[in-house]
Amino acid sequence: MSLSNLLSIQDLDSKIIWQILHTADEFKNPNGGKPKKVAALNGKTVINLFFEDSTRTRISFETAAKNLGADLINFSAKGSSVSKGESLKDTAQTLKAIGGDIVVMRHWASGAAARLANANWIDASIVNAGDGTHEHPTQALLDVYTIWKHFGDDFSKLKIGIVGDILHSRVARSNLLLLSKLGAQIYLIAPRTLLPMGFDKDHSTLPGVSVSYSLDAVLPELDVIMELRIQQERMEGGFFPSATEFSNLYGLRKERLSKLKENAIILHPGPMNRGLEIDATSADSEKSKVLEQVQNGVLVRMAVLFLIGTKS
Amino acid sequence: MKLVIKNTQLFTEVNLSNNVDVLIENGKISQIMRSENNAISDQELYVVDGANQILGPGLVDLHTHLREPGREDAETIETAMKAAIAGGYTAISAMANTNPVADNAAVVELVKTKAIQVGLCDVFPIGAVTKGLEGKELADIAGMVKSQASVKIFSDDGKCVSNARIMRRAMEYIDTFGGFISQHAQEPELTINSQMNESVLSHQLGLAGWPAVAEEAIIARDIALAKLLDVPIHFAHISTAGSVQLVAQGKANGVKVTAEVTPHHLYFSEQKCESYDPIYKVNPPLRSITDQAALLEGLLSGVIDCVATDHAPHPVESKEGEFAKAAFGMLGLQSALGAITTVLEKNHKIDWKKLFEIMSINPAKLAGYSQHGGEIDSGKPANLVLIRKQANDFSNSILKSKSMNNPFNGERFEYSIGATIFQGKLVYQDTGFNEGLGLTKL
Repeated sequence: MSLSNLLSIQDLDSKIIWQILHTADEFKNPNGGKPKKVAALNGKTVINLFFEDSTRTRISFETAAKNLGADLINFSAKGSSVSKGESLKDTAQTLKAIGGDIVVMRHWASGAAARLANANWIDASIVNAGDGTHEHPTQALLDVYTIWKHFGDDFSKLKIGIVGDILHSRVARSNLLLLSKLGAQIYLIAPRTLLPMGFDKDHSTLPGVSVSYSLDAVLPELDVIMELRIQQERMEGGFFPSATEFSNLYGLRKERLSKLKENAIILHPGPMNRGLEIDATSADSEKSKVLEQVQNGVLVRMAVLFLIGTKS
Repeated sequence: MKLVIKNTQLFTEVNLSNNVDVLIENGKISQIMRSENNAISDQELYVVDGANQILGPGLVDLHTHLREPGREDAETIETAMKAAIAGGYTAISAMANTNPVADNAAVVELVKTKAIQVGLCDVFPIGAVTKGLEGKELADIAGMVKSQASVKIFSDDGKCVSNARIMRRAMEYIDTFGGFISQHAQEPELTINSQMNESVLSHQLGLAGWPAVAEEAIIARDIALAKLLDVPIHFAHISTAGSVQLVAQGKANGVKVTAEVTPHHLYFSEQKCESYDPIYKVNPPLRSITDQAALLEGLLSGVIDCVATDHAPHPVESKEGEFAKAAFGMLGLQSALGAITTVLEKNHKIDWKKLFEIMSINPAKLAGYSQHGGEIDSGKPANLVLIRKQANDFSNSILKSKSMNNPFNGERFEYSIGATIFQGKLVYQDTGFNEGLGLTKL
């Protein structure tokens, strides 16, 4: 299996997953500090196509592309032809005319990356950098890389809790699929309003995945706790009554921090709502690996761009 | 013009009768005879070879979006009528969600007048239930009933009459004038931004779900209202197993409830959304395989009264790109017969009585289209279709519609339309047209 696009974790088998993780590891600087720079993608053009605001993902891909020696074009929707009403098709064809080898796309619509890859508008490889409420595959890969570095190869020993707005989270969707493929035991921890169909306390549609409505009930078992960003507008949709109630039930706070296992780690895809799904004590604790996630993000994205850009 | 259809298989209530010649004069069927006994000279007649084809009543559609006035870039009355006759339809019903909305006599008369000018089939305008389809005030109901369009069916289709008070008043008021409502059952609060059937799959795909209950809640409510008021209620494009069950219960309880199903809900399941191709985006959404099975069973058992196309043309730019941005709707007029016969044949052998009931006889009766869906006998109006047993790959290249949003492109169908006869004129034949005989050229 070679990687020509990265649209969804669904498309990856365990061989390619491990290949991505090991490749990322190769780019890691053994002395710490910045990742290695290699000229593997000299002469290739990577286009960052961002239809939705994003700072960390865009900068992470930008750094990854530059570390590999690729030429980089940044295209963001704000103040561009897209905000003037240009269609996805026209944007894609414009980019085709410019000539990109890999398009990294963030889009507000679920399936936009798949559409771009399958509609024959463009020949470039497509990397999904987050599509609507569907998937965010490189985020899951960097989360898994971070977990791997802490706990080693055997995911089947790990209990991983994903907490909060799973329903609307592309990060959760990709992580669920990826961690399930690696054999981890996953708890989805949320009220029913924030769980996708097919998952409740009696049902699960993925191997290794179970649901807990209570964070406190499973907290002491967890090796990894992944808190998701809560969007303010969910409260208006009737998904939960108030930020305070959500935080009381599902927020990672000082008093919960002490109940975590000694060697447990805390992950958050960022940006964090401090005081809502995570408090300052937890976010800044030794257990928090949020900044490691950011560093690992560059390595994993280098690996993805490398494997796609150098496929024969 | 005189026309004879030779050596055809004639559909009757009891069977298909082989080797029959049907003579058509002055818009009516004048004579039916055994082919071997036909002594009429062919010389002044236009002969249609009916061999290996089934002659039945022209198809009748209760649900068509003609887009004119307002969106002539997507479809016009004329192009929709051409698509209709190429699909075997001799009568179609023009939905009210045009621009301006067909909520007054002027708009329905405009549609009716234009359709008569084109003259390829009958077009019966449907009137809006509420002004501007806004669900707030009743439309000009009596004005439309008494207009030259003689409106009988009322619908805010595209939108649901969701307010219970307005729906109750509309049902009573419309009954006063002998009409009935075709309800687009969709609780708006349960379908905000909804894109596809709510299911495990919609959650995997990250497309906002459209729960079955959004349809069923309205159907349950409106059946209860119809029972209370003792008025008829028709449900447009029902799509879920639960809806079939509710309509069945309603019928069992003596409520005057009827329902239609579209070919695309029978033919495609929600799995098609996995491609994120907006060609499969439709309102109501494609449902689960379980729903499909219930819809087919409901159609065969008579719980669902008829097939309706919900033919909904959209220009290319509205049906490509992001799924969430695309318009809802699919073409249906030309593919309906092929799709339905294919679904029925896959299930078991086609019962032609059933086929003509669901696609012609029942909808004509329901809507009171007295010139359509009747018995084929001498003296009766000649609105007829010839159906050919011929496996074919349905292709965009044959579309008469102005739009191309056809989900059936490349599908293998078992039957196709051989010819369509409207008011005794051969308006469509798949072998081409002969201008010399005064036939309409497409």
